[in-house]
Amino acid sequence: MIERNVKLMQGNEACVEAAITAGMKFYAGYPITPSTEIAEISAERLPKVGGKFIQMEDEIASISAVIGASIAGAKSMTATSGPGFSLKQEGIGYAVITETPCVIVNVQRGGPSTGMPTAPGQGDIMQARWGTHGDHSIIALYPWSVKEIYYTTIKAFNLAEKYRTPVILLLDEVIGHMRESIELPNEGEVEIYNRKKPTCLTEEYKPYKVKEGDIVPEMAGFGEGYRFHVTGLVHGETGFPTNNGKIAEELIRRLIGKIEDNKDDIVETDEYLLDDADIAIVAFGSTARAAKSAVDTLREEGIKAGLFRPITIWPLADKPLVELAKKVSRIVVVEMNLGQYYLEVDRVAGKYTKVDRFGRVNGDLITPQEIVDFVKEV
Amino acid sequence: MPSQLVKEYFRTENLPHIWCPGCGNGIVTRAIVKAIDNLGLNKDEICVVSGIGCSSRASGYLDFNTVHTTHGRALAFATGIKLAKPNLNVIVITGDGDASAIGGNHLIHAARRNIDITTIVFNNNTYGMTGGQYSPTTPTGDKGTTAPFGNIDTNFDLCELAKAAGATYVSRSTIFTTNMLIKQVENGIKNKGFSFIEALTTCPTYYGRKNRKGEAVDMMVYLKENAINIAAYDKLSEEQREGKFVVGEIYKSNRPEYTEEYQRIIDSFSKGV
Repeated sequence: MIERNVKLMQGNEACVEAAITAGMKFYAGYPITPSTEIAEISAERLPKVGGKFIQMEDEIASISAVIGASIAGAKSMTATSGPGFSLKQEGIGYAVITETPCVIVNVQRGGPSTGMPTAPGQGDIMQARWGTHGDHSIIALYPWSVKEIYYTTIKAFNLAEKYRTPVILLLDEVIGHMRESIELPNEGEVEIYNRKKPTCLTEEYKPYKVKEGDIVPEMAGFGEGYRFHVTGLVHGETGFPTNNGKIAEELIRRLIGKIEDNKDDIVETDEYLLDDADIAIVAFGSTARAAKSAVDTLREEGIKAGLFRPITIWPLADKPLVELAKKVSRIVVVEMNLGQYYLEVDRVAGKYTKVDRFGRVNGDLITPQEIVDFVKEV
Repeated sequence: MPSQLVKEYFRTENLPHIWCPGCGNGIVTRAIVKAIDNLGLNKDEICVVSGIGCSSRASGYLDFNTVHTTHGRALAFATGIKLAKPNLNVIVITGDGDASAIGGNHLIHAARRNIDITTIVFNNNTYGMTGGQYSPTTPTGDKGTTAPFGNIDTNFDLCELAKAAGATYVSRSTIFTTNMLIKQVENGIKNKGFSFIEALTTCPTYYGRKNRKGEAVDMMVYLKENAINIAAYDKLSEEQREGKFVVGEIYKSNRPEYTEEYQRIIDSFSKGV
């Protein structure tokens, strides 16, 4: 008989449990509401599995230590909220150009600045995409339930390792603090991806050369005999800095391409009652929970509504959004900001159907009834 | 012809280096490598982490596990590396601006934790890479491109800062007293804890020219003539100390090292398993 492991768990707690299942061996963080439980639980759990936790002196130090630990070979994670996420952008850019796998959790709260620390928000959609400077691409995921936080955290680690990139896991205050029952998988039931390591002779190792058929370069760890250089400067296959414009262009295009050209593998979306829908509500995170309820109410009232829920926020789910736009007469984007994701939906879907937005930034959740009323109005 | 030391420890394909004629950074870099050679350490077990600035470019020239990080953050990256792989000898190469302005917070906290990292600050009293702006170690009254009328800031004594923050090995030397510097790097690496070594170096291109300090050799002579060994310095009166600075092993102590303390926590859970 298979033993079932059912637990009542908080969203932030599920995130840590999943990270450990995914192989997290290092966590560095700085206390910030509403993400602090992720640090607290990591501090408790990591030494018991031979991992390391450290509370650093600030947010930038945390992301820097996370990247350092990952270069040394440990799967690493940090968690923060809006103000800390802004500070971490320096390190996120470094992880992008050095292709260092790591997971950055952002439990969103109201902003800008200190804003509303204990209230939910979804105002970091664009900060996740364009927070760090320079041309780059990024992966950002956004689950909506405790169970999905668990599986999406594992996916975040897997994508970070597979594509050698920082992966941003967006949560919000509500789903981070919410408790739900979750059945944890048994060992071996989830797929875990580990970075591909070099097997060549040490003197032949080129840390930034992509082998034929591979997506990213093989990644050695420090102390394993492959002495290599890592720099935030533009670099060629050897890893050493260069001023060669051709190499710079090739590098930046490769870093963007490895994500944008693999959307079929990366992008995940979910839908509810969209088959015969006339109106599609687009929502993510805690807002999507209200939107699902609104769909039920609208259906009861005879309005054919459905829910489209991007779990992958970045790269943009453009193909699924275009397909959606072609079959519904209206799209309503509902989010706890004033239209950050809406602008992207309108950009790709606006030429096929009418796209409206419903947003709010007062720290209150958007209720199902408000969505119902808005849909009826439009 | 490169020396045996250069052939063994430098990535010669990346030479020549970017430093200006007369710059002291090469002397400090050689001293670090010489100390490593004297200790007979395995190159695979050495990790050199640097920040941003002239001195921080040294990591790219050295044949170890090397990371050229972001401005000021070398110690934070190094902390992650050391915790993930405690068997590595982690050495941080940084400059005065990198270590004590933008990275000042990381410096005091790495020292406070007494994590086993050896930090070597190449102190040239200026921001060389960006063209000679005043740094936290530019002496009060001296000029920089951003202090055209003289610097009104009070400059840091980096060794006193590191000592107060909790470093368990603190020393200072100069590019003139290289044997002393080599010995200090050896002792810093041997110290099980946070070691801080300030290497006084020269920037004739910016700091020297802006402050009429003469040629590279004149600046080295200045270091030679004004450096006083700690034993002698202690005997000097306040008046005699004017314009002089201490070199030598300034502070040594013994207290628990961070990664070892963390390992004890891990071991307490693995007992009996």
